[in-house]
Amino acid sequence: MSGAQAVPGSTTAEAPGPPRRRRLLGVAWPVAASLAAFVIAWQLVVLVSGLQSFILPGPLTVAQRFVKAWTDGTMWPHVAQTLVEILLGFAIGATIALAVGVLLARSRLAERLLSPYLVAAQATPVLALAPLIVLWFGNGLPSKLVITTLIVFFPVAVATMVGIRSVDPRLLEMARSFRATGWQTIARVEVPAALPAILGGMRVGVTLAVIGAIVGEWAGGEKGLGVLINIARASLFDTPLMFAALAQLALIGVTLYLVMVLIERRLVGDR
Amino acid sequence: MCDDDGPGARTEAPLPASARVPAPRPGAGIRIDGVSLTFRGARTTHVLDAVDLDVAPNEVIGLIGPNGCGKSTLLRVLAGLVPADGGRVALDGDPVTGPDERVGLVFQEPRLLAWRTAEENVRFPMELAGWSGERQRARADDLLGLVGLREFARAKPSTLSGGTRQRVSIARALALEPRVLLLDEPFSALDALTRERFNLELLRLWERTGTTILVVTHSIPEAIFLADRVVVMSPRPAHVVADIRVELPRPRRLTDLDSALVSSLAADVRAHLVDTTDDRIAMAEAATAVTAGVRPGTRARHADTEPGTPAWFDPFRPEDEA
Repeated sequence: MSGAQAVPGSTTAEAPGPPRRRRLLGVAWPVAASLAAFVIAWQLVVLVSGLQSFILPGPLTVAQRFVKAWTDGTMWPHVAQTLVEILLGFAIGATIALAVGVLLARSRLAERLLSPYLVAAQATPVLALAPLIVLWFGNGLPSKLVITTLIVFFPVAVATMVGIRSVDPRLLEMARSFRATGWQTIARVEVPAALPAILGGMRVGVTLAVIGAIVGEWAGGEKGLGVLINIARASLFDTPLMFAALAQLALIGVTLYLVMVLIERRLVGDR
Repeated sequence: MCDDDGPGARTEAPLPASARVPAPRPGAGIRIDGVSLTFRGARTTHVLDAVDLDVAPNEVIGLIGPNGCGKSTLLRVLAGLVPADGGRVALDGDPVTGPDERVGLVFQEPRLLAWRTAEENVRFPMELAGWSGERQRARADDLLGLVGLREFARAKPSTLSGGTRQRVSIARALALEPRVLLLDEPFSALDALTRERFNLELLRLWERTGTTILVVTHSIPEAIFLADRVVVMSPRPAHVVADIRVELPRPRRLTDLDSALVSSLAADVRAHLVDTTDDRIAMAEAATAVTAGVRPGTRARHADTEPGTPAWFDPFRPEDEA
């Protein structure tokens, strides 16, 4: 980047107002177009196949059911429950994973002691573990948190470990020359330097957290979108409601992913 | 003086008169006494062989020698980053036993933290030392003024030119008011003209801070221009082969470089370097080059995670057998 006309402030305030809006529009157009194409294709499949709405409801039916579920108060308690499971589970899982990732990166012994369990835990499908976890931790929030934590843990821990191991050793030498202690090196050099990798792991983790919450709810629970899907399918025979719950779930997943991307841009965008 | 090589590069801007300069602490004398070092690892490398050197307080030493001869390693021993096998290093009589706050180290690359602004990079050593926020701010402001970068305090390294980044790293090295400043080929990445300007600036910094300076360089004119004494080192294992006094008056000017005295000094330095620039030796040196920042023989913590090879939890990793 040598030779760049470096003027302070030029990095941030380059695009105020209209250009920025134009860029947003440039992003929004393709997204809107692909959404529209999806809905049209869906409607076409419904029309051509002639499937009844308890097998494949059309987009309009689902949209109506979605609005109704929100207005008559069916949706919110389930959404709230699932959101709490996702966010809390993600927070716990990512925090533990960060600590363990740092430990794994710095200690070969820790890596050798722990890696068999980590790999085994990851290789065993959470779906298969879920009934056991519900058996132990009950039908309530704790079992969902355990499952979500488990599923979030691995990608974040591995990303942290790889990120910290690939920190430029010259930066570490620099820190050492200023007599940085071990903790100072971790907190002020290694973790910040590995932040792009760590956030990448968290981006994967947050979408997995959604899966974890639903798997937990399916294995046993009284509230949550997973439960709602089960109720709609098994006892209400309300397929449009099931689709509405699915759409809601996708919405949560996409939103969380986008929030993660924004956080990422905010924290490491201007490196 | 923001940009070193951009089209609109400004030349020497006078330091702002308002630059508050810390009360100069006299530089420390350095005594290097029979320092030897052998790296033992997969390949044993005898790097330093009984190096002796005495540096007076406030003196500027230019350290010159063939590639990979151990100049940088000697600097790391002085900074306490690498312990010597034998001999001792003392600053004003107090031995150096580990990373030392009396020493400021400037590396070949700026080694700035990309996520911090220039000011935050300069504050880094002060944070580590546990200074109060107010003290950090005042000191960082002084230092940025000293290197003429006050207006860039909030700029991230990625928006700065290579020379400007190196200036930030010099300010950082001066953060804790070291009594000795060690520079490891600090301007080797800069173009020739910028480099001359930076040398002048370094001398001005030296006059204002009063630190003892030891600068490693590959350039004979640079060594002569900066130094009171040019110390020539042999190929590995390194020892001092010549110690040439530079009787140029100070303050020095770039035009001094054209004088007859400098030419004869340069010839003298070159004469001592001549038997060390043999191709055969150079090839042998290249084969056992020491990577910056990594002590040979230490187990690589990073070797398995080159960018793009996420080899995690790999029980078959070769280095584990070492």
